[in-house]
Amino acid sequence: MTESAAAGIHPQPAAALAPTKLRVRDLNFYYNGFHALKGINMDIPEKKVTAIIGPSGCGKSTLLRIFNRIYAIYPKLEAKGEIMLDEENILDTRYSMNKLRSKVGMVFQKPVPFPMTIFENVAYGIRHHERLSRADMEIRVEQALRSAALWDEVKDKLKQNALGLSGGQQQRLCIARGIALKPEVLLLDEPTSALDPIATGRIEQLVEELKSEYTIVIVTHNMQQAARCSDLTAFMYLGELIEFDRTEQIFTKPGKKQTEDYITGRFG
Amino acid sequence: MQANEAASAPFSTQEVRARRDARDDRLFGWLLKGCALLVLASLLGAAGATLWGGRDAFAHFGLGFLTSSEWNPSDDVYGALVPVFGTLITSFIALLVAVPISFGIALYLSEVAPPWLRTPVSSAIELLAGIPSIIYGMWGLFVFAPFFADHVKPWLTNYLGNQPDDGKVSWVAAHVPFIGRMFGNDNPFGGSVLTAGIVLAIMIIPFISSVMREVFQTVPTRLKESAYALGSSTWEVVWDIVLPYTRSAVIGGIFLGLGRALGETMAVTFIIGNKMKLSPSLLDPGASIASTIANQFGEAAGLQKSALMALAFLLFVVTFIVLMIARLMLRRLAHKEGR
Repeated sequence: MTESAAAGIHPQPAAALAPTKLRVRDLNFYYNGFHALKGINMDIPEKKVTAIIGPSGCGKSTLLRIFNRIYAIYPKLEAKGEIMLDEENILDTRYSMNKLRSKVGMVFQKPVPFPMTIFENVAYGIRHHERLSRADMEIRVEQALRSAALWDEVKDKLKQNALGLSGGQQQRLCIARGIALKPEVLLLDEPTSALDPIATGRIEQLVEELKSEYTIVIVTHNMQQAARCSDLTAFMYLGELIEFDRTEQIFTKPGKKQTEDYITGRFG
Repeated sequence: MQANEAASAPFSTQEVRARRDARDDRLFGWLLKGCALLVLASLLGAAGATLWGGRDAFAHFGLGFLTSSEWNPSDDVYGALVPVFGTLITSFIALLVAVPISFGIALYLSEVAPPWLRTPVSSAIELLAGIPSIIYGMWGLFVFAPFFADHVKPWLTNYLGNQPDDGKVSWVAAHVPFIGRMFGNDNPFGGSVLTAGIVLAIMIIPFISSVMREVFQTVPTRLKESAYALGSSTWEVVWDIVLPYTRSAVIGGIFLGLGRALGETMAVTFIIGNKMKLSPSLLDPGASIASTIANQFGEAAGLQKSALMALAFLLFVVTFIVLMIARLMLRRLAHKEGR
């Protein structure tokens, strides 16, 4: 029996909202023996935005990084439990890394364009999964850039180095790169923490637009951001999932004292 | 009165100090400029001295000095083609062998190796870089060359050469142009252009691999993670992300190694065979600029001494051209990346 389940957390507040896309069961995570995530259970609904909030070091980014197993490139990190994506456990070592990463895209905290042209940045990931003709590739790249609301700004300089873009543009390029693979789940790890308010607004708007097609999980330490753009919010503290509910519920009538203290700014 | 003095005194000491500071800074600036100019002066001095020393040879043979392969002290006829060719070909072989191996070492240490193994292997590489070249030369002559002559050379001449020991010319030698001549010879000793190139490769691997390892470590983790997150394998991350990101520094490291290979004297002198004859075969002995100078300077006088000076000047020129090519390559790469 995990602690959160024992505490009576309902793992699927969204059951009424949409079918479950990622089902997390009894997830524990250790690095170098340190117990970083403790018995996480949650059901992340399809084509909704799920925000994960909590103070620094609560394990929210760690949780996100398990969803595409990016942690597996480092030694001595270990995840135990079960994460079902379309009825398959992605933590199973037999689950193909390539397949997982084509289904689950990720955008990181700081914009990280590859040292290539803008076009190549988007095309690069596609090439790992599909063989496309030149014309098809151009269509896919354009689609991705359009969905990331970047096309109009870069269509005349696709052959230029991506490092010449502004921070906000670079981050949208990274989102374009992620959605170019046509993933089912998109993980955003504090995607606006390095951006100015205007660029942040654009990204949030983009998240709103993208949720009709993708299941989005966003980690943020900005509570207003979670309130603005998510359907569900999970509050984590010291490696545990304290509360997981509809966003308006969490921000108006939180069920737990700790959640209330955090969102009212009493700690964190 | 006293109060007045006290008030003006700090003002004047400040002024004195300001003047002294300005003078000291000026002196310091001259000193630094002098240090920098010393480098330039010694470079120009060395180039000028070798050119001046070689003036007789240049005047006597003209452009023929560059194109003639005859080097005959008894007739006092000198041409630089054999040593220049030997220098370039040994360095080229050295790069051909050293670059992929260094790349593998650096990648293993920066991306793949478990952390506890990284430090000891890295220090071992640095120690390797500190071994004096004469030791490499002795090892090459007494250990590597005999081994090569006994075990590697027969294979090369039989399967790739046009003068095999058993008289049966192999398919490769018969059908691929140049290969047969590159590996055909009847020289029974191990010392040759090829062995010199291989020993040079071993000598420059530490340089190239430690530069590569250092620059690979500068690649931001988040850049690599982003590539992994798109489904790249380790090899793809290295080839598509790490290498382009560090390209100019990697090329810089390679040319550092090349610079060393071009001028390396002792090890090459020991092992290249020192024969002033132009041969297409890599298994034949040859000579490099540095080995020729080292071998002949003791007894040289007159025109021969001047020819050796002229050779030294050519080494300057060759090194300079190679470095210029490196610069041009870097600029073209930067241009291609759209920067």
